[in-house]
Amino acid sequence: MAVKASDDDPEKARRFREAALPYLDEAYTLARYLLRDAADAEDAVQECYLRAYKHFDSYRGPAMKPWLFAILRNVCHAEFARRKSAPAPVEDVAETAEQAPMWNEPPETPERQLLRRFDGDTVRKLIAALAEPFRETFVLREIQHLSYREIADVAAVPVGTVMSRLARARAMLRSAWLAEQERTK
Amino acid sequence: MTCEEAEVLLHALIDGELDAGHAREVEAHIESCAHCAALISEYREIRQAMAETDLQYKAPSALRRRIEEALPQPRPLPQAVPSRRAVLRGFAMGSAVSALAATGLVAIVLRNDDEQRIESEVVSAHLRSLQAGHLTDVISTDQHTVKPWFNGKLDVSPPVIDLTAQGFTLIGGRLDYVDARAIGAVVYKRRQHVINLFVAQTAGTERRAARTNTLQGFNIRRWSDRGLNYWAVSDLGADELAEFGETFETAMRANKEG
Repeated sequence: MAVKASDDDPEKARRFREAALPYLDEAYTLARYLLRDAADAEDAVQECYLRAYKHFDSYRGPAMKPWLFAILRNVCHAEFARRKSAPAPVEDVAETAEQAPMWNEPPETPERQLLRRFDGDTVRKLIAALAEPFRETFVLREIQHLSYREIADVAAVPVGTVMSRLARARAMLRSAWLAEQERTK
Repeated sequence: MTCEEAEVLLHALIDGELDAGHAREVEAHIESCAHCAALISEYREIRQAMAETDLQYKAPSALRRRIEEALPQPRPLPQAVPSRRAVLRGFAMGSAVSALAATGLVAIVLRNDDEQRIESEVVSAHLRSLQAGHLTDVISTDQHTVKPWFNGKLDVSPPVIDLTAQGFTLIGGRLDYVDARAIGAVVYKRRQHVINLFVAQTAGTERRAARTNTLQGFNIRRWSDRGLNYWAVSDLGADELAEFGETFETAMRANKEG
């Protein structure tokens, strides 16, 4: 068995850099969508990498990206908690929103509407406007391309919850997309 | 199936996450329900529109610097200098020294613990390949383009097989360096997962069954056949990587026999 590497082991440092640093852009992207603030996202990603390095000895997989994301998500949620304790009001979705049945917002199809293409900034804005925890699920799936199982592990929820959150997130995004189309017609 | 159920499950259908039985049920519902059919095509369209848009953010270089400075300094890659107690070994463990002598191949000098080191180098090569612009030297989904590209670049031409029909898309090839020598890498994709298939010549000609190892969160499936060593590396699950290895070996056998 390998000797447990200490934190300043240069070999461990090399392995960690090789394994984790290629995902820096992805980690930053996730933090940007979760925190919706560039400076907070930078702090969260740095904290995530330092925590990940500390726990790298116990890392046995699965894939590096979801492992990093799970750590990053915890860091971001700590930031949410800090913001909540601050006096500024924070947008949050009521617990019941998640249980609300899908048919509360009946999608007004099959009146087929042609979908407009929007530029990146507009789409980012639409995604950023999604409420948590739907935004998190949506970004992990559509931008980070994780599988349902990986998303379930990152968010520490059952796969069924991932599925229902994603369905709701896409329904919300679809409504926002159509509304944006209407607004900028 | 009711519309309420379908409105949730159609997302799993879009994402390829449904088992065959449920997929058929949802598809049957969609065929008979204009409402759900319109919905799924609209969701697919939104998804397509998003795929055509760059939604990633790029980490500021100052952040990268800050993190690199905060981490302990790494040691440079270990050099492949053979120790005095080094023994001659092909990549395939246990290939006899006499077999090496008989084939006259210049064998790679490896230490006893080197198989593990090579796996770690293979993972490093895989990671390097994932950084922007490093994945492929030749980009093509056509095996008849990728295979000739390797000619003259390596002492052995790696087999390039199109496995698109089996769910592994060939996306190109690359020269890489493992154990201080050039090695061929054939690149495949399943969904968003990259599979690097590294191929190197070995002294042993016997077939060695596949074995899977996990290193730094990547699965490595390694096997030997007809004088070639293979390492398939990916962040795919071990089961899907095994499927890749088996599909590849089956296709190789079919090629040789057919």
